[in-house]
Amino acid sequence: MIAEDIRQVIIDILARIAPDEDLSDLQDDVAFREQMELDSMDFLDIVMELRKQYRVQIPEEEYEQLISMSSTVSYLMPRLKDVESPA
Amino acid sequence: MSKDFLKDAKDHYDVIVIGSGLAGLTSANILARAGYSVLLLEHHYQLGGMATWFKRRNGHIFDISLHGFPIGMIKSCRKYWTQEIADSIVQLKGIRFENPQFSLRTTFDRQDFTNILIKQFGIEEQVVQEFFDTARKMNFYDDQSMNTRELFQRFFPGRDDVVRLLMEPITYANGSTLEDPAITYGIVFSNFMSKGVYTFEGGTDKLVGQMKAEMEKNGVDLRIRCLVERIEVDAERQVTGVVVNGRRIGCNAIVSNANLKQTVLKLVGEEHFDSEFVDETRAVRLNNSSCQVYVALTPGESFEDAGDLLFHSEHSGFDIDAMLRRDISSRTFSFYYPKTRPGSDRHLVVSSTNARYEDWADLSEEDYQKSKADLVESTLDCLQQYIPDIREKVDHVEASTPRTFKYYTRHLQGASFGTKFEGLNVSKSLPEHIQGLFHAGSVGIIMSGWLGAVNYGVIVSNNVDKYLTPAPAQV
Repeated sequence: MIAEDIRQVIIDILARIAPDEDLSDLQDDVAFREQMELDSMDFLDIVMELRKQYRVQIPEEEYEQLISMSSTVSYLMPRLKDVESPA
Repeated sequence: MSKDFLKDAKDHYDVIVIGSGLAGLTSANILARAGYSVLLLEHHYQLGGMATWFKRRNGHIFDISLHGFPIGMIKSCRKYWTQEIADSIVQLKGIRFENPQFSLRTTFDRQDFTNILIKQFGIEEQVVQEFFDTARKMNFYDDQSMNTRELFQRFFPGRDDVVRLLMEPITYANGSTLEDPAITYGIVFSNFMSKGVYTFEGGTDKLVGQMKAEMEKNGVDLRIRCLVERIEVDAERQVTGVVVNGRRIGCNAIVSNANLKQTVLKLVGEEHFDSEFVDETRAVRLNNSSCQVYVALTPGESFEDAGDLLFHSEHSGFDIDAMLRRDISSRTFSFYYPKTRPGSDRHLVVSSTNARYEDWADLSEEDYQKSKADLVESTLDCLQQYIPDIREKVDHVEASTPRTFKYYTRHLQGASFGTKFEGLNVSKSLPEHIQGLFHAGSVGIIMSGWLGAVNYGVIVSNNVDKYLTPAPAQV
């Protein structure tokens, strides 16, 4: 997957976690938490969803890499590079 | 021949969940939803653990767990259960305090508390805001050396009326005391104080019924009246299965929603652990238990709006010891109106008090029955202040004690809020000692109560899923 695909995967996950948030104007370089109401349980949901969909194991000490969209995408890029892009 | 409650159960599951408290139910649901085969074992004939109810003649239904949880429950129910469950959560707006120091009614949110603290208690607005901000910013990873007493001392020195207002509901909600770390108070308090107190419209029976339906949809194999006798561990300290109702069933992982100490010391057995861990487990303090009195009005009878939750005390000052004593001077009344269970015409009251197991454990049968009868009488006397003609309207009344809670939940000493703070470390580190063994249940205040139990069930499910997920195939 390329960066754009990974971004869409994260957007889809966020849309399920926070159905009332408007994600169309999400700023990639600003922390998720400053733009929407996300608590630590929500971050756990992102981790669980990534493991379920792509078997990506994210250790607890690396959860902080998921702070914003751009940091999440760059963290996941090497881990998801062999996953095929969605059709 | 007795009925086989394990009829057609398989010989092996990915995950076995022991106990169906909210943490156990949530773990079972999430893991089944993630595709694992899950067996849920409950010793009682009803699911829910402390989130439970019972029925009496004339169609009365009593809820056990204090109604009232934070707004976060809406989100957790939507994410980990169903939209339908989340949609049945409604706010309780009438929270009352009646004690020798003050009498007030609040919607129990930050704004209302701020007004009350400024106008009724004469606290400066800046101090109130600073207190709320400090409590809200407290993080699980912060310094744990300050206790709750010191936190209050810092902001409201010498004001035990303020301490009472801010502490009493939390003590009733999860058994915490002034000696517990301030962060546990800060986290729970800010959860509650942000936007008020909530409950399920339709009652606990409806909630657990909806949870059961969802678990069945997700493929959980649900078994009631199944008492786990032993957790089986091999020489490599890895779980291999359980013995339940005399039958062995294998599994790759176990989530124990049984009491933490019981899980380690009884179900697994101390011979399977290092001695330091056994000592650490033994040192974990249990939380207190409860007494409750259930009062149902004759069908057709009613009472005027008395609020939803009422914190009543005859004691001057906030005093945990007095709250626990058998000669009760503090009670929480939960008032149930027909709106609680739409379609019902019933008015009910449940009185809850914190209590110590040892005060009830060794009574002779005669003394025990007499003490229960005294508890009922003193509760009705007290209730007359709020519902003057209650004695003429009562159709059914009965009491439960720490012995009752022990019998139904099988928790050591009938503990109604699990363990104290130090239990969390033991609970979290359990999988490091026995591979594949996880604990989810009320430990350490934060992971207690309605929301804490659900969320801890999710956190543990994440660890189970991580444990059971094979590493990605190498290309």
